[in-house]
Amino acid sequence: MINLLTLLTIVLALITGWRLMRVLELVRDLRDEDEHITTKDNNFNGIAFLVFLVVGFAGMIWFTIDAKKYLLPVAASKNGALTDAYLYQNFALIMVVFFITQFLLFYYAWKYQYKKDRKALFYPDNHKLEFWWTVIPAVVLMGLIVYGLKLWISITAPAPKDAMVVEVYGKQFDWTARYSGEDNKLARSNFKLITDANPLGVDSIDVTGMDDKIVNELHLPVNKTVVFKFHSRDIIHSAYFPHLRAQMNCVPGMTTEFVVEPTITTDSMRLIAHNDKFDYVLLCNKICGVAHYNMRMKLVIESEADFKKWYATQNYVFARPEVSAPATPVTVVDSTKTAEAAVTPNKVIASKK
Amino acid sequence: MSPHSHDHAVDAHDGHEHHEHHDTFWTKYVFSQDHKMISKQFLVTAIIMAILAMVMSLIFRLQLGWPDQKFPIIEKLVGHWGKGGKLDPNFYLALVTIHGTIMVFFVLTGGLSGTFSNLLIPFQIGARDMASGFLNMLSYWFFFGSCAVMTASLFIEAGPASAGWTVYPPLSALPQAIPGSGLGMTLWLISMIMFIASALLGGINYVVTILNMRTKGMSMTRLPLTIWAFFITAILGILSFPVLVAAALLLLFDRSFGTSFYLSDIFINGAPLHHSGGSPILFQHLFWFLGHPEVYIVLLPALGLASEVISTQARKPIFGYKAMIGSMLVIAFLSFIVWGHHMFVTGMNPFLGSVFVFTTLLVAIPSAVKVFNYLATLWKANIVLSPAMLFAIGLVSFFISGGLTGIILGDSALDINLHDTYFVVAHFHIVMGSSAIFGMFAGVYHWFPRMYGRMMNKKLGYIHFWLTIVCVYGTFFPMHFVGLSGAPRRYYAYTAYEGFDAALNINALISVFAILGGLAQLIFVFNFFYSMYRGRKSVQNPWKSNTIEWTAPVEHIHGNWPGEIPTVYRWPYDYGKPNADDDFIPQTTPYSATTKSNLPGEV
Repeated sequence: MINLLTLLTIVLALITGWRLMRVLELVRDLRDEDEHITTKDNNFNGIAFLVFLVVGFAGMIWFTIDAKKYLLPVAASKNGALTDAYLYQNFALIMVVFFITQFLLFYYAWKYQYKKDRKALFYPDNHKLEFWWTVIPAVVLMGLIVYGLKLWISITAPAPKDAMVVEVYGKQFDWTARYSGEDNKLARSNFKLITDANPLGVDSIDVTGMDDKIVNELHLPVNKTVVFKFHSRDIIHSAYFPHLRAQMNCVPGMTTEFVVEPTITTDSMRLIAHNDKFDYVLLCNKICGVAHYNMRMKLVIESEADFKKWYATQNYVFARPEVSAPATPVTVVDSTKTAEAAVTPNKVIASKK
Repeated sequence: MSPHSHDHAVDAHDGHEHHEHHDTFWTKYVFSQDHKMISKQFLVTAIIMAILAMVMSLIFRLQLGWPDQKFPIIEKLVGHWGKGGKLDPNFYLALVTIHGTIMVFFVLTGGLSGTFSNLLIPFQIGARDMASGFLNMLSYWFFFGSCAVMTASLFIEAGPASAGWTVYPPLSALPQAIPGSGLGMTLWLISMIMFIASALLGGINYVVTILNMRTKGMSMTRLPLTIWAFFITAILGILSFPVLVAAALLLLFDRSFGTSFYLSDIFINGAPLHHSGGSPILFQHLFWFLGHPEVYIVLLPALGLASEVISTQARKPIFGYKAMIGSMLVIAFLSFIVWGHHMFVTGMNPFLGSVFVFTTLLVAIPSAVKVFNYLATLWKANIVLSPAMLFAIGLVSFFISGGLTGIILGDSALDINLHDTYFVVAHFHIVMGSSAIFGMFAGVYHWFPRMYGRMMNKKLGYIHFWLTIVCVYGTFFPMHFVGLSGAPRRYYAYTAYEGFDAALNINALISVFAILGGLAQLIFVFNFFYSMYRGRKSVQNPWKSNTIEWTAPVEHIHGNWPGEIPTVYRWPYDYGKPNADDDFIPQTTPYSATTKSNLPGEV
């Protein structure tokens, strides 16, 4: 019944609109206005452009100042601080261009509105002008390209040898991380070995996995370079650390990596953000299904000492017998060398030049 | 070729245009081969699809703006997907996906090119019809078919495709991963393949017509910029759409026949899959090889329409005609070598990323030239602020605003943090979505008299423009800040965890503007259909334009012109020429008739 009434209302509204238009048209016919654009129209819209320009600029500036509180806090990684600075330089540049061009556009629309007794200036081209407004943007862009690429190259440079290797593993709809342990080597893994007890499919034959630890909450020591190795077991996820300004896709069948050096501990960031509940997060930033919006992991950045304390309490991938001599790698050196490449067929190491 | 076709395109010289075509309802309105009718078919279909996609966006804007509220209207509109007035998270993704697909492909590609290329190419180059009326008809019906299949996919049990409009596998390949990747995705792929067939048939027709069927005197350098834009767009489509067919077919094989083009090493639903050796990234390369030129397939026709409207209503020649053509050519060329900027964080080799940064930022140069040329055209002009002109100016404004944020996103170092956040959504909705739709509005308001012989109501046009431009900026400007606060796109809600204050607080504001903007479009729809029947009758050349479509009679006739097709003597932008009698000199006026105003070299 309600549906019917709604439908009826819509139909009646349409008919009313239609009749109303008809009345307006008839009135217009009586007054003998036509559809040609009149001085009044030009005047009204010209002024409206000016108002829009002023109110629009004011609104944008007000909103930008007001929305500052929402922006991400200061970057918590070494490269993040650099890209942030570069981002704001970019913003400064495009703001200048934005304000000048939008001003001219709307100002001209008002200033040069149609006057019957005036003719437009016949001005089809000016090669000198065109040359300069091609060259100047080109030079500015070259500057941006060179500076941007310098940053990009340093961000994507291969990790230093002593960087801590951590695997970040995505699946619908949670994250798991694996630490490489004392040997700083992750054991190879294979999706066919995945079981409930071995959710990452770590290969137990590979002895470098003896000291690998598996966690559901990521902890990183401050001021230490980390190289993340990203994997996914099902579909593409994207590991996004907004506060570290770091992001990399996790692609099934591939290894991708990202090097990051956290510079601010969680505790310090809580002070900076004036929020004692603040926590760093790892988000999924590639559409991955129904709970995409729920897929995240807590990240804690802490002092080296705190990290070690926490690390000691975490579980190994394979529960190991109490008291055992450290695995002697001597006998297996050969197999580990080939292990990495052997299992995953199209392994791509992202930042290998 | 059917007997009803335009066979007197060839033998028009003897002017026997009045022998009766006994068009039935079916050949006139349904299986029409007349470019004017096909153009109207495209436009009306696109308007209907646009309303559908817009309603979808409003539904998910309700969800994003007020995630804790229940809206009975949602249940009304989407049935069991919105039980109790709460949108289902899977259907949320479906809405996002189909909204994007319809808007990008059906409205801004099929609708924009289909409508205006069909209407204006024969009219503005002086041809009786398209090179092949039959292919043209086929192009529309493939388009209609693909729209029908896509719409039908909304009604199947598991829901339509929901892997995002970019349909990245493995998500789009595995029904285990998301219900929309079952039958819904198959229908999406079928619809898309039909759409591409339509785009190719249309594109080939446009290119052939422009190259071969120009009237006497219509050299390439006397073509209006609209035609140049359609020409370049058609070539872009012909070169890039086949790659999407390949991508779609391989995806279809992976889904239905167990191949492993895009799939490898997958463990899902408690079991490993047999696929091995494929690469999901391959799909992204293929998709964006089309996907990036697609941006310009959407944008260039809009810029072409705007150039024509701006010059006509500014009563002043377009500044730098040749630079405008050159910049379109450069943009078109570059559009083929920038696709990697969609993939900076896929683990692509960083050196390759650097190359894409370089080519991407180069696009800003021809774009800047276009903007400066528009500004120079407006400088010291005599501007008639018709509804079409307002929309053209709005387009330039969006092209600037959205283009500038492109400089940031095109820089890989900055893209790391902004990739897939709302900053990207804001960027492309302004530069591609709003610009292109404003170009389309400008085109509709300007050429409505040419289509229907009547004028649209200007007052409603003004109200439509002002509400729309305010709402577009109100919607998409704040969205940049949601992105800068680190909020990813395609999230059903930002309430699950702490830390999304921006997304929570700004989203409500965005939704208010979006809903108002959506309502404002009703004014346009009403004006459009009302004016079609009741609009004031148009005079032959209502905008005092130079181009030759306005020399044809207001009433549509088969073959466009009674008698001979007019000959063209000059470029289309002789507006406001010094010493001329009027402020415009149509292309059909020979120089010998305007000796007073001729410039040196014009004889």
